[in-house]
Amino acid sequence: MQIELIYILILAGFVGFEVIRKVTPTLHTPLMSATNAISGISLVGSLVAAGSDNETAQILGFIAVTAATINVVGGFMITERMLKMFKKKEKK
Amino acid sequence: MNYLTEVVYLIASVLFILGLKGLSHPETARRGMHFAEIGMLMAIVGTLVSGHIVTWTWIITGVAIGSAIGAAMAIFMPMTAMPQRIALSHAFGALAAVLVGVNEYIEKGGHGELSNFLMSAIGFEVLFGALTVTGSLMAFGKLSELVKSAPITYKGQNFVNITLFFTAFGMFVYLIFFPYNPVIFYTMIGLSLLIGVFLVLPIGGADMPVVISLMNSYAGLAIAATGFAIDNKVLIIAGSLDGASGFILSIIMSQAMNRSFANVLFGAVGSSQVDAGNLAEERPITRVGIEDTKFILEQADRVVIVPGYGMAVAQAQHTVRELSDELDKHGIAVEFAIHPVAGRMPGHMNVLLAEANISYDQLLEMETINPTMDSVDVCIIIGANDVVNPAARTDKSSPIYGMPIIDVDKARTVIVMKRSMATGFAGIENPLFYAPNTKMLFGDAKKVLQELVAEFKK
Repeated sequence: MQIELIYILILAGFVGFEVIRKVTPTLHTPLMSATNAISGISLVGSLVAAGSDNETAQILGFIAVTAATINVVGGFMITERMLKMFKKKEKK
Repeated sequence: MNYLTEVVYLIASVLFILGLKGLSHPETARRGMHFAEIGMLMAIVGTLVSGHIVTWTWIITGVAIGSAIGAAMAIFMPMTAMPQRIALSHAFGALAAVLVGVNEYIEKGGHGELSNFLMSAIGFEVLFGALTVTGSLMAFGKLSELVKSAPITYKGQNFVNITLFFTAFGMFVYLIFFPYNPVIFYTMIGLSLLIGVFLVLPIGGADMPVVISLMNSYAGLAIAATGFAIDNKVLIIAGSLDGASGFILSIIMSQAMNRSFANVLFGAVGSSQVDAGNLAEERPITRVGIEDTKFILEQADRVVIVPGYGMAVAQAQHTVRELSDELDKHGIAVEFAIHPVAGRMPGHMNVLLAEANISYDQLLEMETINPTMDSVDVCIIIGANDVVNPAARTDKSSPIYGMPIIDVDKARTVIVMKRSMATGFAGIENPLFYAPNTKMLFGDAKKVLQELVAEFKK
Protein backbone atom coordinates (compact mmCIF):
# COMPACT_ATOMS: atom_id res chain seq x y z
CA MET A 1 0.00 0.00 0.00
CA GLN A 2 1.29 3.44 0.90
CA ILE A 3 4.33 2.04 2.67
CA GLU A 4 5.53 0.94 -0.74
CA LEU A 5 5.60 4.58 -1.89
CA ILE A 6 7.70 5.49 1.13
CA TYR A 7 10.13 2.69 0.24
CA ILE A 8 10.45 4.20 -3.23
CA LEU A 9 11.01 7.70 -1.84
CA ILE A 10 13.79 6.62 0.48
CA LEU A 11 15.54 4.35 -2.00
CA ALA A 12 15.30 6.92 -4.79
CA GLY A 13 16.70 9.51 -2.38
CA PHE A 14 19.73 7.30 -1.77
CA VAL A 15 20.26 6.67 -5.47
CA GLY A 16 19.94 10.39 -6.12
CA PHE A 17 22.43 11.19 -3.40
CA GLU A 18 25.03 8.73 -4.74
CA VAL A 19 24.58 9.69 -8.39
CA ILE A 20 24.64 13.43 -7.79
CA ARG A 21 27.63 13.30 -5.46
CA LYS A 22 29.63 12.04 -8.46
CA VAL A 23 28.56 14.87 -10.76
CA THR A 24 31.61 16.95 -11.60
CA PRO A 25 31.44 20.49 -10.12
CA THR A 26 32.18 21.83 -13.61
CA LEU A 27 28.70 20.69 -14.62
CA HIS A 28 26.74 21.90 -11.59
CA THR A 29 24.79 24.48 -13.57
CA PRO A 30 23.76 21.98 -16.27
CA LEU A 31 22.91 19.58 -13.42
CA MET A 32 20.50 22.11 -12.02
CA SER A 33 18.81 22.78 -15.32
CA ALA A 34 18.68 19.02 -16.01
CA THR A 35 17.00 18.23 -12.69
CA ASN A 36 14.64 21.10 -13.45
CA ALA A 37 13.70 19.50 -16.72
CA ILE A 38 13.30 16.10 -15.10
CA SER A 39 11.13 17.51 -12.33
CA GLY A 40 8.90 18.76 -15.13
CA ILE A 41 7.63 15.17 -14.92
CA SER A 42 4.83 16.70 -12.83
CA LEU A 43 3.50 17.27 -16.34
CA VAL A 44 2.06 13.75 -16.27
CA GLY A 45 -0.12 14.67 -13.29
CA SER A 46 -1.08 17.96 -14.89
CA LEU A 47 -2.04 16.24 -18.15
CA VAL A 48 -4.54 14.01 -16.37
CA ALA A 49 -6.14 17.05 -14.69
CA ALA A 50 -6.26 19.13 -17.89
CA GLY A 51 -7.71 16.22 -19.83
CA SER A 52 -10.49 15.41 -17.37
CA ASP A 53 -14.17 16.32 -17.84
CA ASN A 54 -14.29 18.69 -14.85
CA GLU A 55 -14.05 22.38 -15.62
CA THR A 56 -12.10 23.48 -12.53
CA ALA A 57 -9.64 20.63 -13.05
CA GLN A 58 -9.25 21.64 -16.69
CA ILE A 59 -8.30 25.21 -15.82
CA LEU A 60 -5.92 24.28 -12.99
CA GLY A 61 -4.52 21.52 -15.20
CA PHE A 62 -4.07 23.85 -18.14
CA ILE A 63 -1.94 26.29 -16.12
CA ALA A 64 0.01 23.39 -14.61
CA VAL A 65 0.59 21.84 -18.05
CA THR A 66 1.88 25.16 -19.37
CA ALA A 67 4.24 25.67 -16.40
CA ALA A 68 5.54 22.09 -16.48
CA THR A 69 6.04 22.15 -20.26
CA ILE A 70 8.12 25.32 -19.96
CA ASN A 71 10.41 23.38 -17.63
CA VAL A 72 10.57 20.21 -19.70
CA VAL A 73 11.16 21.87 -23.07
CA GLY A 74 13.17 24.83 -21.80
CA GLY A 75 15.13 22.74 -19.31
CA PHE A 76 16.32 20.11 -21.75
CA MET A 77 17.04 22.63 -24.49
CA ILE A 78 19.14 24.88 -22.30
CA THR A 79 20.99 21.92 -20.79
CA GLU A 80 21.89 20.77 -24.29
CA ARG A 81 22.95 24.29 -25.21
CA MET A 82 25.25 24.47 -22.21
CA LEU A 83 26.70 20.99 -22.62
CA LYS A 84 27.55 21.76 -26.24
CA MET A 85 29.84 24.52 -24.99
CA PHE A 86 31.95 22.20 -22.86
CA LYS A 87 34.66 21.26 -25.32
CA LYS A 88 38.13 19.93 -24.95
CA LYS A 89 40.84 21.73 -26.86
CA GLU A 90 42.50 19.52 -29.43
CA LYS A 91 46.25 19.76 -28.92
CA LYS A 92 47.98 20.59 -32.11
CA MET B 1 -3.26 3.07 -13.61
CA ASN B 2 -2.84 0.22 -16.04
CA TYR B 3 0.05 -2.18 -16.17
CA LEU B 4 1.64 -0.87 -19.37
CA THR B 5 1.74 2.72 -18.09
CA GLU B 6 3.49 1.53 -14.94
CA VAL B 7 6.16 -0.23 -17.02
CA VAL B 8 6.67 2.88 -19.12
CA TYR B 9 7.06 4.98 -15.96
CA LEU B 10 9.59 2.51 -14.58
CA ILE B 11 11.70 2.71 -17.74
CA ALA B 12 11.45 6.51 -17.64
CA SER B 13 12.70 6.50 -14.03
CA VAL B 14 15.71 4.39 -14.97
CA LEU B 15 16.48 6.67 -17.91
CA PHE B 16 16.35 9.73 -15.62
CA ILE B 17 18.90 8.18 -13.28
CA LEU B 18 21.17 7.24 -16.20
CA GLY B 19 20.79 10.78 -17.49
CA LEU B 20 22.06 12.31 -14.26
CA LYS B 21 24.80 9.70 -14.06
CA GLY B 22 26.08 10.95 -17.41
CA LEU B 23 26.79 14.32 -15.85
CA SER B 24 29.74 12.86 -13.96
CA HIS B 25 31.91 13.80 -16.94
CA PRO B 26 31.55 16.36 -19.74
CA GLU B 27 32.17 13.62 -22.32
CA THR B 28 29.23 11.47 -21.26
CA ALA B 29 26.91 14.32 -20.31
CA ARG B 30 25.16 14.84 -23.61
CA ARG B 31 24.45 11.15 -24.12
CA GLY B 32 23.03 11.11 -20.61
CA MET B 33 20.71 13.98 -21.40
CA HIS B 34 19.42 12.10 -24.44
CA PHE B 35 18.51 9.22 -22.14
CA ALA B 36 16.61 11.57 -19.87
CA GLU B 37 14.83 13.18 -22.82
CA ILE B 38 13.71 9.80 -24.16
CA GLY B 39 12.50 8.93 -20.66
CA MET B 40 10.46 12.11 -20.47
CA LEU B 41 8.94 11.56 -23.90
CA MET B 42 7.99 7.98 -22.98
CA ALA B 43 6.37 9.08 -19.72
CA ILE B 44 4.34 11.78 -21.47
CA VAL B 45 3.18 9.56 -24.32
CA GLY B 46 2.47 6.77 -21.85
CA THR B 47 0.20 9.09 -19.87
CA LEU B 48 -1.59 10.40 -22.94
CA VAL B 49 -2.48 6.91 -24.21
CA SER B 50 -3.34 5.53 -20.77
CA GLY B 51 -7.04 6.18 -21.31
CA HIS B 52 -7.42 8.80 -18.57
CA ILE B 53 -7.66 11.66 -21.01
CA VAL B 54 -11.12 12.63 -22.24
CA THR B 55 -10.62 16.18 -23.54
CA TRP B 56 -7.64 17.43 -25.50
CA THR B 57 -8.20 21.16 -25.99
CA TRP B 58 -6.52 22.32 -22.78
CA ILE B 59 -3.68 19.86 -23.08
CA ILE B 60 -2.78 20.90 -26.60
CA THR B 61 -3.05 24.61 -25.78
CA GLY B 62 -0.97 24.25 -22.62
CA VAL B 63 1.75 22.19 -24.27
CA ALA B 64 1.91 24.60 -27.22
CA ILE B 65 2.20 27.71 -25.07
CA GLY B 66 4.63 26.04 -22.65
CA SER B 67 6.85 24.77 -25.46
CA ALA B 68 6.98 28.18 -27.12
CA ILE B 69 7.91 29.99 -23.89
CA GLY B 70 10.36 27.27 -22.82
CA ALA B 71 12.10 27.20 -26.20
CA ALA B 72 12.30 30.99 -26.40
CA MET B 73 13.84 31.17 -22.94
CA ALA B 74 16.33 28.43 -23.78
CA ILE B 75 17.44 30.01 -27.05
CA PHE B 76 17.63 33.68 -26.14
CA MET B 77 18.69 33.66 -22.50
CA PRO B 78 22.34 34.75 -22.21
CA MET B 79 24.57 32.57 -20.04
CA THR B 80 25.13 35.37 -17.55
CA ALA B 81 21.38 35.30 -16.90
CA MET B 82 21.36 31.57 -16.18
CA PRO B 83 20.75 31.98 -12.42
CA GLN B 84 17.62 34.02 -13.12
CA ARG B 85 16.33 31.44 -15.55
CA ILE B 86 16.90 28.61 -13.11
CA ALA B 87 15.17 30.55 -10.33
CA LEU B 88 12.20 31.17 -12.61
CA SER B 89 11.93 27.53 -13.58
CA HIS B 90 11.86 26.48 -9.92
CA ALA B 91 8.85 28.76 -9.61
CA PHE B 92 7.17 27.10 -12.61
CA GLY B 93 7.87 23.58 -11.36
CA ALA B 94 6.52 24.38 -7.91
CA LEU B 95 3.48 26.14 -9.39
CA ALA B 96 2.58 23.00 -11.34
CA ALA B 97 2.88 20.96 -8.14
CA VAL B 98 0.68 23.37 -6.15
CA LEU B 99 -2.04 23.40 -8.82
CA VAL B 100 -2.10 19.60 -9.09
CA GLY B 101 -2.35 19.52 -5.30
CA VAL B 102 -5.23 21.98 -5.20
CA ASN B 103 -7.03 20.04 -7.90
CA GLU B 104 -6.56 16.81 -6.00
CA TYR B 105 -7.91 18.46 -2.85
CA ILE B 106 -11.03 19.67 -4.65
CA GLU B 107 -11.64 16.41 -6.46
CA LYS B 108 -10.97 13.95 -3.64
CA GLY B 109 -12.64 16.33 -1.18
CA GLY B 110 -15.76 16.33 -3.32
CA HIS B 111 -15.93 12.55 -3.13
CA GLY B 112 -15.13 12.47 0.58
CA GLU B 113 -11.92 10.53 -0.11
CA LEU B 114 -9.38 12.62 1.81
CA SER B 115 -7.60 10.10 4.00
CA ASN B 116 -5.07 11.28 6.58
CA PHE B 117 -2.28 9.97 4.38
CA LEU B 118 -3.55 11.69 1.24
CA MET B 119 -4.07 14.95 3.11
CA SER B 120 -0.51 14.84 4.51
CA ALA B 121 0.82 14.43 0.98
CA ILE B 122 -1.32 17.22 -0.46
CA GLY B 123 -0.60 19.50 2.49
CA PHE B 124 3.14 19.00 2.23
CA GLU B 125 2.98 19.50 -1.52
CA VAL B 126 1.15 22.84 -1.43
CA LEU B 127 3.01 24.10 1.64
CA PHE B 128 6.47 23.59 0.12
CA GLY B 129 5.27 24.28 -3.40
CA ALA B 130 3.73 27.65 -2.58
CA LEU B 131 6.73 28.97 -0.67
CA THR B 132 8.99 27.81 -3.49
CA VAL B 133 6.88 29.69 -6.03
CA THR B 134 7.19 33.07 -4.33
CA GLY B 135 10.66 32.41 -2.91
CA SER B 136 11.98 31.64 -6.38
CA LEU B 137 10.21 34.63 -7.88
CA MET B 138 11.88 36.81 -5.25
CA ALA B 139 15.25 35.24 -6.06
CA PHE B 140 14.54 35.90 -9.73
CA GLY B 141 13.68 39.51 -8.94
CA LYS B 142 16.83 40.02 -6.90
CA LEU B 143 19.09 38.36 -9.47
CA SER B 144 17.69 40.41 -12.33
CA GLU B 145 17.79 43.56 -10.16
CA LEU B 146 14.02 44.07 -10.34
CA VAL B 147 14.02 43.91 -6.57
CA LYS B 148 16.77 45.52 -4.50
CA SER B 149 19.38 42.80 -4.27
CA ALA B 150 20.78 44.00 -0.95
CA PRO B 151 19.25 42.31 2.08
CA ILE B 152 16.05 43.94 3.26
CA THR B 153 15.77 43.66 7.01
CA TYR B 154 13.60 45.10 9.75
CA LYS B 155 13.30 44.67 13.47
CA GLY B 156 11.64 41.46 14.58
CA GLN B 157 11.99 39.91 11.11
CA ASN B 158 12.97 36.48 12.29
CA PHE B 159 10.13 36.52 14.80
CA VAL B 160 7.61 37.35 12.06
CA ASN B 161 8.99 34.64 9.76
CA ILE B 162 9.02 31.97 12.43
CA THR B 163 5.50 32.87 13.59
CA LEU B 164 4.24 32.70 10.01
CA PHE B 165 5.89 29.37 9.46
CA PHE B 166 4.52 27.80 12.61
CA THR B 167 1.03 29.12 11.89
CA ALA B 168 1.09 27.56 8.43
CA PHE B 169 2.56 24.37 9.83
CA GLY B 170 -0.13 24.27 12.53
CA MET B 171 -2.79 24.52 9.83
CA PHE B 172 -1.12 21.69 7.96
CA VAL B 173 -1.27 19.46 11.05
CA TYR B 174 -4.89 20.47 11.67
CA LEU B 175 -5.82 19.57 8.09
CA ILE B 176 -4.32 16.09 8.40
CA PHE B 177 -6.97 15.31 11.02
CA PHE B 178 -9.78 17.53 9.74
CA PRO B 179 -9.21 17.73 6.00
CA TYR B 180 -12.62 19.07 4.96
CA ASN B 181 -11.93 22.69 5.76
CA PRO B 182 -11.23 24.63 2.54
CA VAL B 183 -10.86 27.95 4.40
CA ILE B 184 -7.92 26.62 6.39
CA PHE B 185 -6.53 24.92 3.29
CA TYR B 186 -6.46 28.07 1.16
CA THR B 187 -5.32 30.25 4.05
CA MET B 188 -2.40 27.88 4.50
CA ILE B 189 -1.47 28.30 0.83
CA GLY B 190 -1.73 32.08 1.19
CA LEU B 191 0.52 32.08 4.25
CA SER B 192 2.99 29.83 2.50
CA LEU B 193 3.16 32.24 -0.43
CA LEU B 194 3.92 35.04 2.04
CA ILE B 195 6.60 32.96 3.76
CA GLY B 196 8.37 32.51 0.44
CA VAL B 197 8.58 36.29 -0.03
CA PHE B 198 9.68 36.98 3.54
CA LEU B 199 12.23 34.18 3.50
CA VAL B 200 14.19 35.61 0.58
CA LEU B 201 13.73 39.31 1.43
CA PRO B 202 16.64 39.44 3.92
CA ILE B 203 19.02 37.44 1.74
CA GLY B 204 21.61 39.34 -0.26
CA GLY B 205 22.81 38.86 -3.83
CA ALA B 206 26.00 37.06 -2.83
CA ASP B 207 24.04 34.39 -0.95
CA MET B 208 21.85 33.58 -3.95
CA PRO B 209 23.72 30.35 -4.81
CA VAL B 210 22.45 28.85 -1.56
CA VAL B 211 18.92 30.14 -2.06
CA ILE B 212 18.71 28.81 -5.60
CA SER B 213 19.99 25.39 -4.49
CA LEU B 214 17.58 25.33 -1.58
CA MET B 215 14.64 26.22 -3.83
CA ASN B 216 15.75 23.47 -6.19
CA SER B 217 15.51 21.06 -3.31
CA TYR B 218 12.08 22.33 -2.18
CA ALA B 219 10.70 22.15 -5.71
CA GLY B 220 11.88 18.53 -5.86
CA LEU B 221 10.25 17.70 -2.54
CA ALA B 222 6.99 19.27 -3.70
CA ILE B 223 7.08 17.11 -6.85
CA ALA B 224 7.78 13.99 -4.78
CA ALA B 225 4.81 14.87 -2.54
CA THR B 226 2.69 15.23 -5.68
CA GLY B 227 3.66 11.66 -6.50
CA PHE B 228 2.26 10.57 -3.13
CA ALA B 229 -0.91 12.62 -3.65
CA ILE B 230 -1.75 11.17 -7.05
CA ASP B 231 -0.16 7.78 -6.44
CA ASN B 232 2.42 8.11 -9.20
CA LYS B 233 5.81 6.52 -8.66
CA VAL B 234 7.76 8.25 -11.42
CA LEU B 235 6.96 11.59 -9.77
CA ILE B 236 8.30 10.32 -6.46
CA ILE B 237 11.52 9.15 -8.08
CA ALA B 238 12.09 12.28 -10.19
CA GLY B 239 11.18 14.48 -7.23
CA SER B 240 13.62 12.65 -4.95
CA LEU B 241 16.42 13.03 -7.51
CA ASP B 242 15.69 16.74 -7.80
CA GLY B 243 15.41 17.13 -4.04
CA ALA B 244 18.67 15.27 -3.41
CA SER B 245 20.44 17.33 -6.05
CA GLY B 246 19.30 20.63 -4.58
CA PHE B 247 20.17 19.46 -1.10
CA ILE B 248 23.72 18.42 -2.03
CA LEU B 249 24.30 21.67 -3.91
CA SER B 250 23.03 23.70 -0.94
CA ILE B 251 25.49 21.95 1.34
CA ILE B 252 28.38 22.49 -1.07
CA MET B 253 27.49 26.16 -1.45
CA SER B 254 27.05 26.75 2.29
CA GLN B 255 30.37 25.10 3.04
CA ALA B 256 32.12 27.12 0.36
CA MET B 257 30.78 30.28 1.97
CA ASN B 258 31.60 29.15 5.48
CA ARG B 259 27.97 29.45 6.51
CA SER B 260 25.33 27.17 7.91
CA PHE B 261 21.89 26.88 6.30
CA ALA B 262 20.34 28.60 9.28
CA ASN B 263 22.87 31.40 9.02
CA VAL B 264 22.06 32.05 5.38
CA LEU B 265 18.31 32.02 6.01
CA PHE B 266 18.23 34.00 9.23
CA GLY B 267 21.60 35.74 9.36
CA ALA B 268 21.13 38.44 6.70
CA VAL B 269 24.89 38.92 6.47
CA GLY B 270 25.86 41.71 4.13
CA SER B 271 23.31 44.09 5.61
CA SER B 272 26.06 45.72 7.64
CA GLN B 273 28.34 46.54 4.73
CA VAL B 274 31.50 48.13 6.03
CA ASP B 275 32.29 51.44 4.43
CA ALA B 276 35.11 50.56 2.09
CA GLY B 277 38.38 52.33 1.65
CA ASN B 278 39.04 53.84 5.08
CA LEU B 279 41.85 51.48 5.87
CA ALA B 280 42.82 50.98 2.30
CA GLU B 281 45.17 53.83 1.53
CA GLU B 282 47.10 53.65 4.78
CA ARG B 283 49.18 50.61 3.95
CA PRO B 284 51.49 50.53 0.96
CA ILE B 285 50.50 48.56 -2.10
CA THR B 286 52.53 47.79 -5.19
CA ARG B 287 51.02 48.96 -8.43
CA VAL B 288 51.90 47.48 -11.77
CA GLY B 289 51.29 48.63 -15.34
CA ILE B 290 50.32 46.75 -18.49
CA GLU B 291 53.85 46.49 -19.90
CA ASP B 292 55.33 45.18 -16.66
CA THR B 293 52.51 42.69 -16.34
CA LYS B 294 53.35 41.36 -19.78
CA PHE B 295 57.01 41.12 -18.77
CA ILE B 296 56.16 39.20 -15.60
CA LEU B 297 53.89 36.81 -17.50
CA GLU B 298 56.51 36.12 -20.17
CA GLN B 299 58.93 34.90 -17.51
CA ALA B 300 56.39 32.39 -16.19
CA ASP B 301 56.01 28.71 -16.97
CA ARG B 302 52.75 28.17 -15.17
CA VAL B 303 49.99 30.75 -14.85
CA VAL B 304 46.76 30.33 -12.91
CA ILE B 305 43.80 32.63 -13.52
CA VAL B 306 41.26 33.06 -10.74
CA PRO B 307 38.01 34.50 -12.11
CA GLY B 308 35.37 36.02 -9.87
CA TYR B 309 31.94 37.41 -10.48
CA GLY B 310 33.52 40.76 -11.33
CA MET B 311 34.85 39.15 -14.50
CA ALA B 312 31.37 38.07 -15.54
CA VAL B 313 29.91 41.49 -14.73
CA ALA B 314 32.53 43.11 -16.95
CA GLN B 315 31.70 40.51 -19.68
CA ALA B 316 35.44 39.87 -19.82
CA GLN B 317 35.42 36.09 -20.29
CA HIS B 318 36.11 36.26 -24.03
CA THR B 319 39.03 38.61 -23.49
CA VAL B 320 40.32 36.25 -20.80
CA ARG B 321 40.25 33.50 -23.43
CA GLU B 322 42.29 35.66 -25.80
CA LEU B 323 44.87 36.26 -23.08
CA SER B 324 44.97 32.54 -22.38
CA ASP B 325 45.55 31.90 -26.11
CA GLU B 326 48.41 34.41 -26.19
CA LEU B 327 50.07 32.79 -23.18
CA ASP B 328 49.57 29.42 -24.80
CA LYS B 329 51.44 30.67 -27.89
CA HIS B 330 54.37 31.55 -25.63
CA GLY B 331 54.39 28.00 -24.29
CA ILE B 332 53.03 29.02 -20.89
CA ALA B 333 50.65 26.59 -19.19
CA VAL B 334 47.37 28.29 -18.25
CA GLU B 335 44.85 26.95 -15.79
CA PHE B 336 41.73 28.39 -14.23
CA ALA B 337 41.07 27.98 -10.52
CA ILE B 338 37.38 28.10 -9.78
CA HIS B 339 35.93 28.64 -6.34
CA PRO B 340 32.53 26.97 -5.80
CA VAL B 341 30.83 30.32 -5.15
CA ALA B 342 32.65 32.29 -7.85
CA GLY B 343 29.41 32.85 -9.77
CA ARG B 344 25.81 33.46 -8.85
CA MET B 345 24.85 29.79 -8.81
CA PRO B 346 26.68 26.44 -8.56
CA GLY B 347 28.94 25.92 -11.57
CA HIS B 348 28.04 29.26 -13.10
CA MET B 349 31.66 30.34 -13.69
CA ASN B 350 32.45 27.10 -15.51
CA VAL B 351 29.57 27.68 -17.93
CA LEU B 352 30.67 31.26 -18.60
CA LEU B 353 34.24 30.14 -19.34
CA ALA B 354 33.08 27.21 -21.44
CA GLU B 355 30.96 29.63 -23.45
CA ALA B 356 34.11 31.65 -24.13
CA ASN B 357 35.61 28.47 -25.61
CA ILE B 358 37.95 27.62 -22.79
CA SER B 359 38.65 23.90 -22.70
CA TYR B 360 36.99 22.19 -19.72
CA ASP B 361 40.17 20.37 -18.71
CA GLN B 362 41.73 23.76 -17.96
CA LEU B 363 39.01 24.47 -15.38
CA LEU B 364 40.23 23.23 -12.02
CA GLU B 365 38.44 23.05 -8.71
CA MET B 366 39.76 24.66 -5.60
CA GLU B 367 40.66 21.31 -3.98
CA THR B 368 42.64 20.23 -7.04
CA ILE B 369 44.64 23.38 -7.50
CA ASN B 370 45.43 24.36 -3.90
CA PRO B 371 48.04 21.65 -3.19
CA THR B 372 49.98 22.72 -6.30
CA MET B 373 49.78 26.45 -5.66
CA ASP B 374 53.45 26.79 -4.54
CA SER B 375 54.63 25.81 -8.01
CA VAL B 376 52.58 28.51 -9.72
CA ASP B 377 54.67 31.34 -11.11
CA VAL B 378 51.98 33.93 -11.64
CA CYS B 379 48.43 34.01 -10.38
CA ILE B 380 46.08 36.51 -12.02
CA ILE B 381 42.99 37.43 -10.06
CA ILE B 382 40.18 38.93 -12.08
CA GLY B 383 37.28 40.40 -10.17
CA ALA B 384 37.56 38.05 -7.21
CA ASN B 385 38.13 39.17 -3.66
CA ASP B 386 36.74 37.26 -0.68
CA VAL B 387 37.42 33.84 -2.20
CA VAL B 388 41.16 34.61 -2.31
CA ASN B 389 41.37 36.38 1.04
CA PRO B 390 44.11 34.72 3.14
CA ALA B 391 42.48 36.16 6.28
CA ALA B 392 40.14 33.18 6.01
CA ARG B 393 43.15 31.00 6.90
CA THR B 394 45.04 33.20 9.32
CA ASP B 395 42.88 35.82 11.01
CA LYS B 396 40.62 34.28 13.65
CA SER B 397 38.75 37.55 14.13
CA SER B 398 37.78 37.78 10.47
CA PRO B 399 34.13 37.04 9.67
CA ILE B 400 35.26 34.75 6.88
CA TYR B 401 37.71 32.82 9.07
CA GLY B 402 37.54 29.12 8.16
CA MET B 403 36.06 29.68 4.71
CA PRO B 404 37.80 27.55 2.11
CA ILE B 405 39.74 29.82 -0.23
CA ILE B 406 42.02 29.49 -3.23
CA ASP B 407 45.53 29.85 -1.80
CA VAL B 408 46.71 32.38 -4.36
CA ASP B 409 49.07 34.02 -1.85
CA LYS B 410 51.30 30.93 -2.14
CA ALA B 411 52.04 31.66 -5.79
CA ARG B 412 55.35 33.35 -6.55
CA THR B 413 53.72 36.48 -7.96
CA VAL B 414 50.10 37.55 -7.64
CA ILE B 415 48.55 40.08 -10.00
CA VAL B 416 45.23 41.46 -8.84
CA MET B 417 43.03 43.11 -11.46
CA LYS B 418 40.61 45.33 -9.68
CA ARG B 419 38.55 48.40 -10.31
CA SER B 420 39.54 50.05 -7.01
CA MET B 421 40.49 49.18 -3.47
CA ALA B 422 36.85 48.56 -2.53
CA THR B 423 36.08 45.51 -0.41
CA GLY B 424 34.14 42.48 -1.63
CA PHE B 425 30.57 41.46 -0.84
CA ALA B 426 31.35 40.61 2.74
CA GLY B 427 32.92 44.05 3.20
CA ILE B 428 36.12 42.58 4.55
CA GLU B 429 39.60 43.97 4.23
CA ASN B 430 41.88 41.72 2.16
CA PRO B 431 45.52 41.44 3.37
CA LEU B 432 46.46 39.82 0.06
CA PHE B 433 46.54 43.25 -1.59
CA TYR B 434 49.34 44.39 0.72
CA ALA B 435 51.45 41.24 0.51
CA PRO B 436 55.00 41.73 -0.84
CA ASN B 437 54.44 39.34 -3.74
CA THR B 438 51.18 41.03 -4.81
CA LYS B 439 50.96 43.61 -7.56
CA MET B 440 47.81 45.62 -8.18
CA LEU B 441 46.64 46.32 -11.72
CA PHE B 442 43.81 48.84 -11.44
CA GLY B 443 41.11 49.40 -14.02
CA ASP B 444 38.06 47.86 -15.64
CA ALA B 445 38.77 44.14 -16.05
CA LYS B 446 37.79 44.00 -19.69
CA LYS B 447 39.71 47.11 -20.70
CA VAL B 448 42.84 46.07 -18.84
CA LEU B 449 42.71 42.60 -20.38
CA GLN B 450 42.25 44.03 -23.87
CA GLU B 451 45.29 46.25 -23.40
CA LEU B 452 47.28 43.31 -22.11
CA VAL B 453 46.32 41.15 -25.09
CA ALA B 454 47.24 44.03 -27.43
CA GLU B 455 50.61 44.31 -25.67
CA PHE B 456 51.25 40.61 -26.33
CA LYS B 457 50.29 40.96 -29.98
CA LYS B 458 52.78 43.82 -30.54
